[in-house]
Amino acid sequence: MSEKGAIIRIRGLKNSFGDQIVHDGLDLDVRRGEILGVVGGSGTGKSVLMRSIVGLQQPVAGTIEVFGEPIAGRSEEEAQDMRRRWGVLFQGGALFSTLTVAENVQVPLREFYGDLDDRLLDEIAAYKVAMSGLPAEAGPKYPSELSGGMRKRAGLARALALDPELLFLDEPTAGLDPIGAANFDELTESLKKTLGLTVFLITHDLDTLYAICDRVAVLADKRVIAVGTIPELLALDHPWIQEYFNGPRGRVAADATKRHSGNGRDADRPMTELGA
Amino acid sequence: MSERADFILDDGQDRRTLRFTGALTLARIGDLPARLDALDPLPDRIDLSGVERMDTIGAWLVHRLAQHEAEVTGADPDQAHLLEQVSAADKPLKIRPDTRPPFLRVMDEIGAATLQAGRTLIGLIGFFGLTVITGWRLIREPRRFRFNAIVRQFEVVGVEALAIIGLMSFLIGIVIAQQGAVQLRQFGAEVFAINLIGRITLRELGVLMTAIMVAGRSGSAFAAQIGSMRLAEEVDAMRTIGVSPMEALVLPRVIAGTVLMPLLGFYASIVAMIGGGIFCWLSLDIPPVTFVQRIREVVPMTDLWVGLIKAPVFGVIIAMSGCFQGMQVKGNAEEVGLRTTAAVVQAIFLVIVLDAVFAVFFSSIGWI
Repeated sequence: MSEKGAIIRIRGLKNSFGDQIVHDGLDLDVRRGEILGVVGGSGTGKSVLMRSIVGLQQPVAGTIEVFGEPIAGRSEEEAQDMRRRWGVLFQGGALFSTLTVAENVQVPLREFYGDLDDRLLDEIAAYKVAMSGLPAEAGPKYPSELSGGMRKRAGLARALALDPELLFLDEPTAGLDPIGAANFDELTESLKKTLGLTVFLITHDLDTLYAICDRVAVLADKRVIAVGTIPELLALDHPWIQEYFNGPRGRVAADATKRHSGNGRDADRPMTELGA
Repeated sequence: MSERADFILDDGQDRRTLRFTGALTLARIGDLPARLDALDPLPDRIDLSGVERMDTIGAWLVHRLAQHEAEVTGADPDQAHLLEQVSAADKPLKIRPDTRPPFLRVMDEIGAATLQAGRTLIGLIGFFGLTVITGWRLIREPRRFRFNAIVRQFEVVGVEALAIIGLMSFLIGIVIAQQGAVQLRQFGAEVFAINLIGRITLRELGVLMTAIMVAGRSGSAFAAQIGSMRLAEEVDAMRTIGVSPMEALVLPRVIAGTVLMPLLGFYASIVAMIGGGIFCWLSLDIPPVTFVQRIREVVPMTDLWVGLIKAPVFGVIIAMSGCFQGMQVKGNAEEVGLRTTAAVVQAIFLVIVLDAVFAVFFSSIGWI
């Protein structure tokens, strides 16, 4: 039962490391233009799932299609064509440590579009850095001189360098302070609106889920046990889902969202009063 | 696939209009930026109604062109939003840090390196003092002695190194015997190769080569282990729990280095002599019994003492450089690699400098 307009389509995915099976019979569709949140307990293989989709992890069985074409069995050239259509933000930012932030942003541009002239490259790097919410001073700095949050933003700027259709974010708000995390959520949402992005978002952050995710996929028991909007998920009778969204933290995040929408405001406003 | 980005210039009676066509996206942009740069005179109206698709790079080009007092028309709401976003992000940004003239940079680097060397030396001396104080405290309070940690280091530094040091020394013994024999044959004095083997291995090469091997094997390991413990805040955790990192990490390694270097050095000398002896036997027809007899005649006891006195000093130097550099790690993982390299280079450098000092010292007290 394939969904129409699926930008990522996974069927029967199986991943294992030695004897340890991470995924078994995992199915998932990501629709074009949505922000799909992926949640699951620690060790349920959220990052492994992302790595499988972008081709860093060779699955044992199953098929993965991105942009309507299978990932496996592609020549290097075809794989390159696919890579220029997506951007990936790794957990720690994964910036190249020998390059400055701005040079990091230019790497994909130089790699895929080598004939752009240097002045335009510099201009592109400049507005990408500014769009990802970094101050102008950050441009000539090296990753080791940046804080964790700034590194993530720089990583996002690099992931967005090619104006991808599909963006993978691996725990973008983990380790950020609540204000920074809320800003990051706003940024993701506004980029999605501006660029028409599809976002595959791995997160533990309940606020992020409530604020910006169109749908949420829940990973448990080695597969995706449910996909849907949060109200749809809450209607299900799965103990982990119930505990996740109805636990003390889940309720606080839900309340905050309600308060905001009750005021007629966007749900993605910073939730700074959470701590109060 | 959509059409590549292009434009049409339309010179009206009083306005010059530029109509973009095709897809204004990175993939379809081609040589458009260069052609836009070459435009003269600039248009005063930009029409986007013919644009199929636009991404931020297309929007940036439009924004750049529109800066010269041009009016943008025909943008749909999405494109207008994109233009707005891009122009909001138009801030000057430096790509690389400022560079200074080469001469100043060289001067700066020399100065920084000199300061760094001075600081390292002072730091190392301070570290040595701290180790001695910690050692003294341990002697007065022997129950704080970490017996298990020391035994563990003995195993890692000593036992596990036996194979590689043995092999290296054996081969060095053969090389010395062979090279010595070739040269001495010219004078018909091949038998003196035995003097060469016995004296040079006990006095110099046995200990020196062992020191280099231990620096490469264990000095680097000390720096890397302690360095990654610093990164993971393990060392800080120790301090907050009341465990002294000097006692728990540094001292066992320094003790292991000090005790094991003489043992390993002696072992290396003996294996090198065995290698040399086998070469003499097979190649010069000197039977092992004669070889041993000859060694006992020509090698003075002082040669053994020279080697054995130097060895523990080298051991301290190697272990301390490793631990010192490891403790200096802060910041990121890259630093661990740099510090590990620094530990090995520093240890080997200091060992060779001290070896020269020892050579002068022993010859002046008559142990020639």
